[in-house]
Amino acid sequence: MAAADKIVTTTGLLGWVDERFPLTKLFREHMSEYYAPKNFNFFYFFGALSLLVLVNQILTGIFLTMHYKPDAASAFASVEYIMREVNFGWLIRYMHSTGASAFFIVVYLHMFRGLIYGSYRKPRELIWIFGVIIFLMLMGEAFFGYLLPWGQMSFWGAQVIVNLFGAVPFIGPDLSVWIRGDFVVSDATLNRFFAFHVIALPLAICGLVAAHIMALHEVGSNNPDGVEIKKTKDPVTGHPLDGIPFHPYYTVKDLFGVSVFLFVFCTVIFFAPEMGGYFLEANNFIPANPMQTPAHIAPVWYFTPFYSILRAVPPVFESQFPGVACMGLSVMVFFLMPWLDRGAVKSIRYRGSHFKTWLTLFIVSLFILGYLGTQPTDVWGRFGEGVPFVGGAERATWGARLFSVVYFLYFILMPWYTRWDKTKPEPTRVTG
Amino acid sequence: MSTPPSVNRQRRNLLVGTAAAGGAAGLAVAVPFVESMQPSERAKAMGAPVEVDISNIAPGEQKTLEWQGKPVWVLHRTRAQIEGIAKSDELVVDPGVEQAQQPSSLKGNKLRSEKPEFFIAVGVCTHLGCSPVYQQDQDRFYCPCHGSKFDLAGRVYKGVPAPTNLVVPKYTYLSDTKLLIGTDKKEG
Repeated sequence: MAAADKIVTTTGLLGWVDERFPLTKLFREHMSEYYAPKNFNFFYFFGALSLLVLVNQILTGIFLTMHYKPDAASAFASVEYIMREVNFGWLIRYMHSTGASAFFIVVYLHMFRGLIYGSYRKPRELIWIFGVIIFLMLMGEAFFGYLLPWGQMSFWGAQVIVNLFGAVPFIGPDLSVWIRGDFVVSDATLNRFFAFHVIALPLAICGLVAAHIMALHEVGSNNPDGVEIKKTKDPVTGHPLDGIPFHPYYTVKDLFGVSVFLFVFCTVIFFAPEMGGYFLEANNFIPANPMQTPAHIAPVWYFTPFYSILRAVPPVFESQFPGVACMGLSVMVFFLMPWLDRGAVKSIRYRGSHFKTWLTLFIVSLFILGYLGTQPTDVWGRFGEGVPFVGGAERATWGARLFSVVYFLYFILMPWYTRWDKTKPEPTRVTG
Repeated sequence: MSTPPSVNRQRRNLLVGTAAAGGAAGLAVAVPFVESMQPSERAKAMGAPVEVDISNIAPGEQKTLEWQGKPVWVLHRTRAQIEGIAKSDELVVDPGVEQAQQPSSLKGNKLRSEKPEFFIAVGVCTHLGCSPVYQQDQDRFYCPCHGSKFDLAGRVYKGVPAPTNLVVPKYTYLSDTKLLIGTDKKEG
């Protein structure tokens, strides 16, 4: 028996547990003897912070579920009940609603870190792929959750997104009916979105987060220099010379990051939980009305870049599928990152001007598309009638088209501009 | 494909057979779960036709009612509005009303209605399902979600995200003032 061969050095209660469960072994492998590069910077806080927000969402979610009613007739009132009559219900709900936006802020910064330091490159492709799946699931989770308060924005947002599936050729209309469980967004839809939101997706996300971290600990963390620390090990101990144990060094550093994050998070919860309509939209304080679309509907800020892309693509051959496909592609294309990037180095520190220019263009496009997604399509007015080709058309629609093209060119041209880039030589050791 | 000599063919075949049977059984078990997400019998029964009184709709005004959970409009078009529809012929994608977005009896009917003054349509944008707004001052329907525009016969304008005309449901006049929406038979 293998178990009999194992050497347990701990004693007492811990020794008793270790003989039956690899507690100390797990702690060593993932904490006290997991060697992380010593040169982590600001951008390396956001993985741990994502985990913190995930825990916040699960805990506050459990308590919200105790009072919320997933029923079209009583959902809106039950949220108001939580806000006004449940003890500290307002706090728990604001922690949850602010947590949703905070989740996307930390995840976007976490992904940005991956882009600038090449964290998706070999051998970390699977970490990246698990991460993109988590991102997709998170978008689903946010979308399903947004229907639950059953306000006007909840209802019409769900109506639009479910109809996106209706644009899929051939099976589309049946598919959207199947998703809704009805011919329109209704009680049946609310009830199943509740099921997805509170159990199906959270379970999947937790599992994927575990896989994401296991894959990370298998290959080791990247760092701002993009240098593999495992290449230079101490001949005596066998530990990477540029690595430090995750615990206590990074647990303490992350605790500091958590403190700063909580300052900001609590400020929003207590002083600006609606964030001027960006975290909680004004129209969502009106109960859902299937007969009337609000005058201006926009998704929550974290979906607006993708929504802008959807809106920018005109129908082709009487089909809106191209717009839907482009929106889907704008997220799915992240899966290809490890194979699109042909650069000689990983980190932006040693990349040349091509990479930096395209990354800047990409981020600028993302922000402009994000802004346009919150606005009506006539926000920039119209071109004069005399202008050739685009005369009379909405400027913002053409702006969104232009920046959507830039968004995709960042990915499409990546195999070329990363290869042609004049990179600087990568150092053999991290630069502190 | 060569098989190493140590493999027991009989056991391997049994394994493949069991895996295939198990997989098929797994798929079969998924069917009731997938089917359970389809609209229930109750949801299907909610699609019955609805009756509407059109005597109290003033010219130029629109009434919205609910059918199958969707908004349905009855627009009482003025004479000027009816004449204006012809002017939008060059602005719309389908001036001849060829798209199958109305009962077959209305195909090629530019006003897309049985009686010229009463226009009946499902008030759901063919882009992504928002409900467009009737803008009387501009004689059009405008979708606030993605900016699609339709003329007062529900024909979609060129250069907007919506690909097709608004849907005209089946309907029948029970009398001059009573309309039954959802069927073209008087019995309903």
